[in-house]
Amino acid sequence: MAKNKNPDRVEFTKEMKKQGYNILVPMMAPIHFKMIEKAFRENGYHLVLLYNSSRAVVEEGLKYVHNDTCYPALLVIGQMIDALNSGDYDVNRTALMITQTGGGCRASNYIHLLRKALKKAGYEQVPVISLNISGLERSEGFKLTPKIGISFMAGIVYGDVLMLLHNQTRSYEINPGESAALVETWTDKIVAQLSGGKGWRMKDVKANLAAITADFAKIPVKRTPKVKVGVVGEIYVKYSSLGNNNLEDFLIAENCEVCVPGIMGFALFKVDNRLEDIKLYGGKYAKKVIVTFLMDYLTKLEDVIVEAVEKHPQFMPPARYSHIKKLVDGFIGYGNKMGEGWLLTAEMVELVDSGFENIVCTQPFGCLPNHICAKGMIGKIRDSYQNSNIVPIDYDPSASPVNQENRIKLMLAVAKERLNEREEQKQREKDAALV
Amino acid sequence: MRIGLDVGSTTIKCVVMDDNENIIFKSYERHYSHIVESAHKVLGGIVEKFGDCEAFLSISGSAGMGMAQKCRIPFVQEVFATRVAAGKYTPDADVIIELGGEDAKIIFLSNGMEVRMNGSCAGGTGAFIDQMAALLDVSVEELDELAATSEKVYTVASRCGVFAKTDIQPLLNQGAQKRDIAASIFYAVVNQTVGGLAQGRPIKGNIVYLGGPITFLPQLKKAFDKTLGLEGVCPENSLYFVACGAALYSDEKLLLSDAADRLSKYDGDAGFSFNEPLFKDREEYDSFIKRHDKNKVERGEINDSTGAVHIGVDAGSTTVKCAVIDEGGRLLLSSYQSNSGNPVPQVKAFLQNLYSEHPGVEIASVTTTGYGEDIIKKAFHADFGIVETVAHFTAAKKFMPDVDFVIDIGGQDMKCFQIKDGIITNIFLNEACSSGCGSFLQTFAEALGHNVEDFSEMGLFAPAPVELGSRCTVFMNSSIKQAQKDGATPDNISAGLSISVVKNALYKVIRAQDPHMLGRHIVVQGGTFLNKAVLRAFEKELDAQVAAPDIAGLMGAYGAALYGMSKSPSESGVADKESLDNFTHDVKSVRCSGCENNCRLTVNTFSGGGKFISGNRCERPVTSKKTDESLNIYSFKRSLLADYKSCKGPRGTIGIPMGLNFYETYPFWHTLFTKLGFGVVRSPRSDRKLYLEGQSTIPSDTVCFPAKLLHGHVAELCKMDEVDTIFYPCMTYNIDEGKGDNHYNCPVVAYYPEVIAASMKEVLSGKVFIYDYVGIDKKRYFPRKFTDILAKYYDGITYKEVKAAAREAYAEYDRFLERIREKGTEIISEARKKNMLIIVLAGRPYHIDEEVCHGIDTLVAGFNTAVISEDAISHLTKKFKAGVLNQWTYHTRLYCAAKYVCTQPDMQIVQLVSFGCGVDAVTTDEVRSILESGEKIYTQVKIDEITNLGAVKIRLRSLLAAIGY
Repeated sequence: MAKNKNPDRVEFTKEMKKQGYNILVPMMAPIHFKMIEKAFRENGYHLVLLYNSSRAVVEEGLKYVHNDTCYPALLVIGQMIDALNSGDYDVNRTALMITQTGGGCRASNYIHLLRKALKKAGYEQVPVISLNISGLERSEGFKLTPKIGISFMAGIVYGDVLMLLHNQTRSYEINPGESAALVETWTDKIVAQLSGGKGWRMKDVKANLAAITADFAKIPVKRTPKVKVGVVGEIYVKYSSLGNNNLEDFLIAENCEVCVPGIMGFALFKVDNRLEDIKLYGGKYAKKVIVTFLMDYLTKLEDVIVEAVEKHPQFMPPARYSHIKKLVDGFIGYGNKMGEGWLLTAEMVELVDSGFENIVCTQPFGCLPNHICAKGMIGKIRDSYQNSNIVPIDYDPSASPVNQENRIKLMLAVAKERLNEREEQKQREKDAALV
Repeated sequence: MRIGLDVGSTTIKCVVMDDNENIIFKSYERHYSHIVESAHKVLGGIVEKFGDCEAFLSISGSAGMGMAQKCRIPFVQEVFATRVAAGKYTPDADVIIELGGEDAKIIFLSNGMEVRMNGSCAGGTGAFIDQMAALLDVSVEELDELAATSEKVYTVASRCGVFAKTDIQPLLNQGAQKRDIAASIFYAVVNQTVGGLAQGRPIKGNIVYLGGPITFLPQLKKAFDKTLGLEGVCPENSLYFVACGAALYSDEKLLLSDAADRLSKYDGDAGFSFNEPLFKDREEYDSFIKRHDKNKVERGEINDSTGAVHIGVDAGSTTVKCAVIDEGGRLLLSSYQSNSGNPVPQVKAFLQNLYSEHPGVEIASVTTTGYGEDIIKKAFHADFGIVETVAHFTAAKKFMPDVDFVIDIGGQDMKCFQIKDGIITNIFLNEACSSGCGSFLQTFAEALGHNVEDFSEMGLFAPAPVELGSRCTVFMNSSIKQAQKDGATPDNISAGLSISVVKNALYKVIRAQDPHMLGRHIVVQGGTFLNKAVLRAFEKELDAQVAAPDIAGLMGAYGAALYGMSKSPSESGVADKESLDNFTHDVKSVRCSGCENNCRLTVNTFSGGGKFISGNRCERPVTSKKTDESLNIYSFKRSLLADYKSCKGPRGTIGIPMGLNFYETYPFWHTLFTKLGFGVVRSPRSDRKLYLEGQSTIPSDTVCFPAKLLHGHVAELCKMDEVDTIFYPCMTYNIDEGKGDNHYNCPVVAYYPEVIAASMKEVLSGKVFIYDYVGIDKKRYFPRKFTDILAKYYDGITYKEVKAAAREAYAEYDRFLERIREKGTEIISEARKKNMLIIVLAGRPYHIDEEVCHGIDTLVAGFNTAVISEDAISHLTKKFKAGVLNQWTYHTRLYCAAKYVCTQPDMQIVQLVSFGCGVDAVTTDEVRSILESGEKIYTQVKIDEITNLGAVKIRLRSLLAAIGY
């Protein structure tokens, strides 16, 4: 066990890095995270993505985290403690990693809740690394270098594109499972590239995306009218199937096309917030220059995604950040930045605007920012878009799937009825034209 | 033929139609969670009656979903089915209101169809009415009859069943009339439905009521009509709309015998998560019973030569317990009975019985405790009254002198204490939202068609107890529904419930992770532990052996009697036989006119002129003296804010909704605007009426109450002609006081103006609503940015003007805080002169709002303590490293105040926490751990729309008793 220099917490040291500590990371979006895992490994950190998802995860969470704390904290911390309990890792040679956005919602406190939990569970010796870009907390043995940053973002780009194409294809594919298999193949390919130190540069990303989109375009599909459902929400329950009781699979089983807006938008949002802060409240010029630079870089990555997808007319490229930001103007202020903030409202508006009028808006029970930017805005969106059909769903360790599914089914019943009406209308128009 | 099955949470409804869609058969029955069997039986009945054939068949209803899927029978979502049926039977309906066993729905049909269902945290449905009727010890039909004769309506929390229960219980104990409570329950259901589901959309036009409760309870329908100001109809077949819709919508023909066959083969997928069985086998059970049989308290025989006796009366939330002991503390007699909503007659009967069966009995003392402590004490002239925590602790200590930890789970409460060297060092009490107590088991047992004893017995040998989580009753309802859907049998549900009670106590109330934390000598008591399944679950979860006294349910009364004994009185002043025979008890309800609170008082008058008044927030109606407020900083802060008077100005009038952070920033904005030549008007003081004014526009029913109040404040301002602009800025950041890692506002405080703008558009029409984002933390940039904001709404306000006004505004803000600190210092030194305890009532600035804190400050001051607030002392601590990310200005003050209190022997903290405040899930643990490091007792008071002051009193008295004040 390595020595500890920081009295307040067990710090992840250079020595620990050298010793090749396992760094456990909770699962959120599987495609994205698999690539990020490899990107970090390539840069000297032995990340281990956690797949444990049994009831024990929730149990451990309930045990060690204040039960009124939001569900993601409970799951993330539960998953880590369950992993430490499993015996699969030498707890004296293992570290944990968790993100910290530094925003004004409770999420920035997860790391502290995790440390409290570790102490109570008897894992006080396990260091926790904060992954943040706000300079909140540093660890001697962990440095977020530009190369890691770029590889990290490459992982996000790959993940977003694979998720998008998978969703746009899977509901229409003639051979069931074909697009899922392709996601698998490509994930493996890119993971292999990243493991060999390749695939993260802009040039590689572009080439890979071109190949990925081309492959997906080749999947034979039959496009029949389907109910289109968008999924938005608090980032963890939005992406994590553990958090949202396999929401995507449920919707697919209900014969829908699903659209889950990517993580890129969230990254852009978090960076852009800093610019908005300066605009609203004033700030230093130097800060603005740095943030603008980052913003330009992310926008360039977004271009790469959109351009790659656009090449194939059968696919709908993701909405650009600048576009959804413009769309949400008048609904909610750009200063609303805690949690998913105005981006969540914006994603709902954009989805409705682009034909995904049916939306499941996910949040942990009692989620503070979502009182405002999610539940608080649904009525306002309906005022502008009469056809919007949005159902807010709360997730919680005790909220039962039957309740959630029942509410979603109600939304779907309305959606299906509307779809049928529209199809009948089309048919009538066609018949009339023939006459 | 068309067949629709509606499998709800409590009942199964069936409709059979002929080919012309005429209803030819219908049935309605309770399924007691035997869903599959019931469905199978119903279908079998149809085959028998109409013969086997191919028919259009579909299933609807929340409990039918999984079954339908597995048996490949088409499923129709129930709200959707309702709509289909409404289209046929009530085509001119505009709005449908449907209450079911556990769901409430509103369907808006005209002008843009929209459907609303209650969220997961919402009672106010059929099951809720059942629970409330049980609480009043009447049938649901009787409840309706009672309500018909009511004279008035009490305010009962309309959000969730658990809350309503805690409102009703004290009303009962205080002697309120059952008929009025019955009516109040119905209005609570109406408020819940209208307030929680309509979310700002008006309910008007032709209203159709559906579902069991409204169909069977005419008074409930009346309450809806009255609240909505119209007359709706409850159509023929109002119970069967869902089933009809399912029948009508079905487009798939099935051979009935096939479908029935599939149902009979379906046994759930047993996909639920489960725990280990409570007992492996009979042998394990027997040794468990043998071990616990040893835990007996000492008994004695009552006879003429016994000598003087001491009596303890524990008038609890659902039961009345009495214990009689002799001078040596031996238990002579006891009684344990349900209080049926009023404890007075039970205690009277007990005493009368004692006098008649033991005519020579010499009573040395009578001590009362529990919810009904005061009323019993007054009614029968008992000698002592003690807080129940002390009673339970006293009893446990007698039973096991070296006890380390006591856990008491009663009907409604859970009380736990940690004991070191014979002194209470930590107290844990359950909150309203974590029921999981005795009455909870009873309610579910009854819902599943059993009495509680048989029901728990069933669970003892259940092979796979269902994992049900540890949340509140409402969640439990849906967890059970889920388990039923997955095919869990009643015995496994029973065992699962017992386990969940235990987990609730351990992880939610005590927040224990490690059994060793509880110590080695653990006493468990309270009626709930008479239940062997709970006791066993507890030992299993804790992995330790505990001692449950054979009088687990009587420990409160026993402890009270022991307390009386310790006071060694010679003769009790308790009512004698004669006065008991002539005993009368009258209850009257009046409005107090002592101050603008206008509390609704319940006045109990007993024979001999004894009076007991309840419902009061202060002592004024009791002592006719005004409470001394000189050592209460809460009232000082209120008057300080009132000094910023409304005024007129040439540039127009700005209205400010007095809520959330305005309680601190008002001096800033008042000064800023008046210096700029505006008039400033603040919204009126919060009260119930103001809240209801804005209730229907609240979009999220789980947001905290202080935020909900804002809707009322804005609505009031909109009614004022002189107000042309309402100002309520978004503020991500608060002032940086330099003590934390950051200086945010919480997300709700920061952005609630967005919700107001989005949900109150119609109310705000005609007014300018300024809700721009401002950062008052950046003094340097503020004037420039604020000039830009003002320029959007007004011409000709210059940067220079704003800069000058801002300078004064900042100065005023500083002065305001300084005056609070000075007052704090003054109160502290005054209190020290008088040797008074100083209570830091720590919350947020907006907790001084009368409607938010419900007079808790006065209540605390009434215990002869000085009351100060966190912002009066937080500046006295240096910046320190908290165990959490210390990023919210108001919450940083809490940590600082806690740290400071640790250094002051004559100070204690009571933390005010708003229900639904997510941030406080972080702060409460942190404040507790700061206090524990300073060896202080942590006390938390949860406040909401309605606060049960009785529960607050128990917390305070427990704290005071523990520190010996």
